[in-house]
Amino acid sequence: MRDDNALFEYALRLGDDSLILGQRLGEWCGHAPVLEVDLSLANFALDLIGQATLFLGVAGAVEGKGRDADRLAFHRDVLAFRNCLLVEQPNGDFAQTIARQFLFSTAQVALFDGLTASAEPRLAEIAAKAVKEVRYHAELAADWVIRLGDGTEESRTRMVDGIDWFWRFVDEMFEMDATERKLAAEGIAVDRSTLRAGFDAQVNAVMHEATLPLPEYPRPVLGGRRGHHSEHLGHLLATMQFLPRTYPNAVW
Amino acid sequence: MSVLETVLDPEIPVVSIVDLGIVRGVRSDPPAVLITPTYTGCPATLAIEMAVRSALDEAGFGGVAIETVLSPPWSTEWISERGRAQLLAYGIAPPSGGAAKPGLRDHAAVACPRCGSHHTEEVSRFGSTPCKAQWRCLNCLEPFDRFKCH
Repeated sequence: MRDDNALFEYALRLGDDSLILGQRLGEWCGHAPVLEVDLSLANFALDLIGQATLFLGVAGAVEGKGRDADRLAFHRDVLAFRNCLLVEQPNGDFAQTIARQFLFSTAQVALFDGLTASAEPRLAEIAAKAVKEVRYHAELAADWVIRLGDGTEESRTRMVDGIDWFWRFVDEMFEMDATERKLAAEGIAVDRSTLRAGFDAQVNAVMHEATLPLPEYPRPVLGGRRGHHSEHLGHLLATMQFLPRTYPNAVW
Repeated sequence: MSVLETVLDPEIPVVSIVDLGIVRGVRSDPPAVLITPTYTGCPATLAIEMAVRSALDEAGFGGVAIETVLSPPWSTEWISERGRAQLLAYGIAPPSGGAAKPGLRDHAAVACPRCGSHHTEEVSRFGSTPCKAQWRCLNCLEPFDRFKCH
């Protein structure tokens, strides 16, 4: 029998990753170092929020309690969010934002590539649509890792620090729990653990071209999928949810 | 279908949504227009839906529903020959040939929509809308938009 709870949970995780990173990237709008980057990051944010709308739409439909994507995005409290911890971390400097984007988008391309073969057609078609966009994100982020890493002493130091900081959040993107194992056995979810070797190879290749050292993996930080978030997510949601919560029936 | 050909893209108001490949088709029972978004986060999607709605209402097709379909995903291959010609005349270099390949680096020579020179370079992979990139002509020195292969 199909387990709608597991599918709801999975769609939330997919949607929340995109939503929270999209919101974070939106903070760069009007603040990026150069116009080209401002346009790029705003476009990334737009793509991610588009993905979130679709995944959360599926989550709401599966749940069957009348919650649509907006309801799930704007009227859920921090403990109910299922995004990984990487995406909620503050933007930091430009190199940190690029480090986060590079690690996330590289993993997301692999995930969406796998998800296009999902037995759940609603997830498969979103993945097929979005993977083309995410390839752009991964490529542009990798370009910047190389440009900053193999750049000046200052840019290199910052890039090393950025990768070093976000490295601890990588494991969580490949974490499998009972919910996802069950869905993977049914052919609905992607077994994230199988994506790790390919991810490592791609990251290593870019780091090599950027002349950057590979940091050692520190003790991984986990918990986002169970709602155990860093304090940053609450602040992000306060900004993101303020308007619809204060004026619940506001429309454009 | 002829009603839909009067609906122009809100961001590129010279090309109809039919020529852009946004309209997937029409269904007779129950009556519906099937449309597909270009990019998942494209803000024009809502505007397009509203424009289709009002065009249908005006033509007396008030009962026709509008449905969004995602699959198969839209790509620049869906843009018609007429659509490509209209983009070029509007000053936007149309996408060349097929959709983007997994490698994505589309470094094929792009002709400047103003002077026709192939001596051009990409300025930014992202432009004024999700579907366009910024390019510059090194011959006439004019910047121009390019519809990305996608």
